[in-house]
Amino acid sequence: MNNRLETTLSGIKLKNPVIPASGTFGFGLEMAEFYDLNILGGISLKGTTGEARYGNPTPRIAETREGMLNAIGLQNPGVDTVVTHELPAVRKLYDGVLLANISGFSVEEYVTVAKKFDKAPEIDILEVNISCPNVRHGGMAFGTDPSAAKEVTMAVKEATNKPVYMKLSPNVTDIAAIASACAEGGADGITLINTLLGMVIDPRTGRPIVSTKMSGFSGPAIKPVALRMVYQVAQAVKLPIIGVGGISTADDVIEFMSAGASAVQVGAQNLVNPFACPDIIADLPKKMDEYGIKNITDIIGRSLTL
Amino acid sequence: MTKGFYEIVSNKMLALDTYEMVLRGDTSSLKNPGQFINIALEGLYLRRPISVCHYEEGLITIIYKVVGKGTRQMSEMAAGEKLDVLCGLGNGFDVTKAEGKRAAVIGGGVGVPPMYDVARRLIKNGVRVTAILGFATKEAAFYIDEFKALGAEVLVTSDDGTLGIKGFVTDALKGTDCDYFFACGPQPMLKSLHRTGLPGQLSFEERMGCGFGACMGCTCHTLVGDKRVCKDGPVFLTSEVTFDE
Repeated sequence: MNNRLETTLSGIKLKNPVIPASGTFGFGLEMAEFYDLNILGGISLKGTTGEARYGNPTPRIAETREGMLNAIGLQNPGVDTVVTHELPAVRKLYDGVLLANISGFSVEEYVTVAKKFDKAPEIDILEVNISCPNVRHGGMAFGTDPSAAKEVTMAVKEATNKPVYMKLSPNVTDIAAIASACAEGGADGITLINTLLGMVIDPRTGRPIVSTKMSGFSGPAIKPVALRMVYQVAQAVKLPIIGVGGISTADDVIEFMSAGASAVQVGAQNLVNPFACPDIIADLPKKMDEYGIKNITDIIGRSLTL
Repeated sequence: MTKGFYEIVSNKMLALDTYEMVLRGDTSSLKNPGQFINIALEGLYLRRPISVCHYEEGLITIIYKVVGKGTRQMSEMAAGEKLDVLCGLGNGFDVTKAEGKRAAVIGGGVGVPPMYDVARRLIKNGVRVTAILGFATKEAAFYIDEFKALGAEVLVTSDDGTLGIKGFVTDALKGTDCDYFFACGPQPMLKSLHRTGLPGQLSFEERMGCGFGACMGCTCHTLVGDKRVCKDGPVFLTSEVTFDE
């Protein structure tokens, strides 16, 4: 193995910093048809709720320049099915770090789901999505108010002994305040950012393309926003950060880690190029050589002092 | 699924806004008629899913209609240029289900292309085929002679009566003795075919994110659970689908 790429999240070793982001990789089973998952640093699994959800009506997808919008609406088979079927199946194929991504419509639901993943031996880290823009009365509502974010963090922390990473929404005025509230609530780390709330309209009809009208914007176009927010949060809290938002190249990984991320997630790019993660992992050592970086962890947060 | 660069062998206009493109590349992941490929285009973020009309060793024929920026760009490409393609996506039609039957192979507009290889395979398997091809108007029609050359009985309909039977594919189907059907076309066409009660297979269309089952962008309700059009479909049995809201 190439130790230069190794990084850690809350004491858990990742063979490299590249993790496919939740919602762009299912539970890993489809992608295992394309390549050996074991090259990945980690996998953030599909967002999971207490009960099975169909999600939003179609169309759920729209395209924009250098990006896309989605309103899946947390389609998932529910935590019980995930724990009994998906987790053993993905664990059979993958020996790296698995992040369960949990969502809820109430603090109680987050706690219920967290408790079930706490008991699942396959799961290493709980990533708590308080940032889904595509459901009403839940998701993002918890991630746009510091006191609600803190409340969910505290409740989930009490429900598990596993590291808890809070996944933040960029749709806020002050991202550092939300991250600080999560830190006060006992979070072990922060994942950011989820999608930006956006919109695409058909110019001929004036009709919004996605069924929910507004939806989550991702892809390379949002990278500068994500990078700026990682940089701000790295200054505000002393927690490990997983940077996500528009990453599609090894250079992007280096930028996010320079801004303060200990690991990164690749999202929309997996949908355009199913080999995005292996391509980035293969390119990283070449870029590190080019820039004179010995170990990838050497650069975490280096931009903060420049 | 395979990913690679496929070379354009030819790219020519067949009918109004409709083009036929032949690509050279790895066809090993294509198993059934009705599967699709997903094409990356310059300056456009998401790939464009296009159904396979015909494939043989190393060659793929697709037929596409210019409906937006992506297909416009494709129509302006020349032989020798290369396209970044994900090949062999979706389940495709199961032609073995029509053994011993009288099969109708029904296409509406850009739903016609994938039906070509369905008809070809059925005829090869000794199934008698009636191809029902529906177009909006005469200028939009294509591949009628190609279906005839396969040995299919061909019925053509047009919405405005400028070609063949004036009306819809369901009108043409009524006059046949077919007891099984395969179809691809717009949602209202599939719905009215479903309503006939005849058993068969329907190929659906939906806005997709990835095309290989990862994003859940194209999920639809069926009688056998929520299904991804790209990965579990695009072809579903008539007994599996519902058109109820």
